[in-house]
Amino acid sequence: MALGLEASLGDSVLTTKLDAVINWGRGYSLWPFVFGTACCAIEFMSAAGSQHDISRWGAEVVRFSPRQADLLLVCGTISYKQAPILKRIYDQMPEPKWVVAMGACACSGGIYDNYATVQGIDTIIPVDVYISGCPSRPEAVLDALMKIQDKIKSETVLNDRQKDFKGILD
Amino acid sequence: MIAKKTLKGFLTDMNTTALELLQAAFPDAVCTANLEAVVISVQPEQLTSTLTRLKKDPAFDFGLLLDVTAVDYLHYPVAQEARFFVVYTLRNWEKNLLVQVRTPVADPAIGVPTATHLWDAANWGERETFDQYGINFQGHPDLRRILNHWQFQGYPLRKDYVIDQGQICYETDSLETEIKARLEKNGVDQTTMSDINTQVMYLNLGPSHPATHGAIRILTALDGETILANVNEIGYLHRGFEKTAENRTYNQVIPLTDRLNYCSALMNNIAYAKAVESWLGVEITDRAKFMRIIMGEFFRIQDHLVCLAAQLVDMGGLTNYWYLYNQKEASYDLISRLTGARLTSSFARIGGMYRDFYEGWESDMELQLQGIEQGVNDSLKLVLKNKIVHDRTQGVAVMPADLALSYGFTGPCLRATGIPFDLRKDNPYYYYDTFDFNIPVGSKGDIYDRIMCRYQEIFESISIIRQAMKIVPKGPIFIDDRTIALPPKHEVYNNIEGLASHFKLIFEGVQVPAGEWYDSYEAANGELGFHFVSDGSGQPYKCKVRPPCFYMMGGYHEMVEGEMIADAVINLGSLNIIGGELDR
Repeated sequence: MALGLEASLGDSVLTTKLDAVINWGRGYSLWPFVFGTACCAIEFMSAAGSQHDISRWGAEVVRFSPRQADLLLVCGTISYKQAPILKRIYDQMPEPKWVVAMGACACSGGIYDNYATVQGIDTIIPVDVYISGCPSRPEAVLDALMKIQDKIKSETVLNDRQKDFKGILD
Repeated sequence: MIAKKTLKGFLTDMNTTALELLQAAFPDAVCTANLEAVVISVQPEQLTSTLTRLKKDPAFDFGLLLDVTAVDYLHYPVAQEARFFVVYTLRNWEKNLLVQVRTPVADPAIGVPTATHLWDAANWGERETFDQYGINFQGHPDLRRILNHWQFQGYPLRKDYVIDQGQICYETDSLETEIKARLEKNGVDQTTMSDINTQVMYLNLGPSHPATHGAIRILTALDGETILANVNEIGYLHRGFEKTAENRTYNQVIPLTDRLNYCSALMNNIAYAKAVESWLGVEITDRAKFMRIIMGEFFRIQDHLVCLAAQLVDMGGLTNYWYLYNQKEASYDLISRLTGARLTSSFARIGGMYRDFYEGWESDMELQLQGIEQGVNDSLKLVLKNKIVHDRTQGVAVMPADLALSYGFTGPCLRATGIPFDLRKDNPYYYYDTFDFNIPVGSKGDIYDRIMCRYQEIFESISIIRQAMKIVPKGPIFIDDRTIALPPKHEVYNNIEGLASHFKLIFEGVQVPAGEWYDSYEAANGELGFHFVSDGSGQPYKCKVRPPCFYMMGGYHEMVEGEMIADAVINLGSLNIIGGELDR
């Protein structure tokens, strides 16, 4: 038996929670900004290719303007020279936004433990999901995408996302 | 035991002739033959005259400056005349002559005279040497950092620079003075720049831009859509390959080489292993040679597939991406079955290959070659007679042959200008001289030629693979030398000698006799060279890469100035700039 609004409006209306419908929309229409710098970007090309087909998760609209994107995919090594650009692009993305660190270099600097390489992008910007691998397989990218979708499901529009991150460039 | 295998026996007849020729021409200098190269040691005062003669004397005609680098002998066990030496590597491709000119640097702050007036390639080569070693080049027009960021202090490849001493960059270089200087050079003066009616617009492509296929910064000064001046900044993917390699054993460097040109990782493995083996005096087994030919050509195809797929996307031909990239994706089945990895194969070893072909690889390979032929032919149907492709690429971003040589172009981009230089023909290694294949060349050096050379090379590589598959010999894939190749596992587990040599090789690395040498390989992008300095230990004292696309990027502004901004985008795609190799 229908209650409340549904009782008076009949079958033509569905009621749900605001969070549920917004998170559903956000989770299945992620627009990634592919910050591809190195080998991992080639594996992202595979993830976007027709065999793995990232559009099955609604994330095929790859945007190279940070203002049109809500998922920052950092595919590859970030050097100290690159770091201010990564930070600027992250800052230019509107909220809500999520970050995936793809591959060993983005997560921790990987095999490049030296003067040129940032030892993990989480020293510059906050990261939501880390993908292992050198480079990560396309399946791992898809797995990370699903993890982001799960994360989105548990968020609420009433609370601001965490904003007290301080990195080495702040 | 290894000490016996030094230079003797390497001196080919031809190289002896070259040595005599050069020694006679430069009686004051010390000339020595070293593998394929002749090394001329001169004092800084004679450097310019020596280089000028090598370039301009028709008897030598060293038109190609392959690389400029320096060596820091601070920790070298044998005392040298000076702490720093600068080395220029030159090639005469027609006569297959290779020369290295070495000069001591008494004071790096004073440095040595520049060679930028002789070869355009010296501009970026010397800038890198300045950036990494802090050596000044007197008279260099634009001596500033290139790989490291502008706020960086110190010189990372100096032996007293601590490897993990990172330095934070807070702000990107504006490049304002550089672009203005370039504008003035192209005849746009200050009044034109500031006049409201003729005001120049500045536009940055990159470092994070889809057209850059990685991280390169292309700064353009525009009049409408026409590029008046262009300045490029690289180094965004500089990840310290050379410094890290100095802290690894020779075999541990192989995974690092994967990540140079990661679109054709296995070719870098082979080039690296070949370079070390050439100095060790090792002749690998026939089966290993054939594996290297077959897999090398297979990866050349992979590289060209990615390059063409990405470039045609930039031109608006997304369908080509699916036709071409799907074949690369399908090739991963064979590659991962053989090497255990999709992209970064780490498949070559010093003295052989990681493992033998699996059973039934021939049918997998043939099936894949047919798939590639179909994908490439499908794509060609869309491209060959396509008026849009013709209009956008023919006569656009032209690089004339002489300028391409001066900038150090090699590989498909040089061949597109009409110069048929290919190390597989001009300095054949393994059994390349016995195969029947052509070197596709262009006529103009425009974008169209560069695209078509790559398409054609795919078919040539397929032909080489098919020829090689028919005659691939049986036998071991490793040489039988326990000081270089790991013993088989049953020896490691069952007897003490096997165990000991396994441990020794893993811990200490392959012991490479002291010396300095250069060896090169025709990779997908051109001449991929390795310049080593060994102190006799199991780790390279210096391991410098001669990256083909670094020098091509150095000539980028010559191609795009005067063209439209949209041409700059597809021109970058046609050069196949790969960040890992460009910035190392």
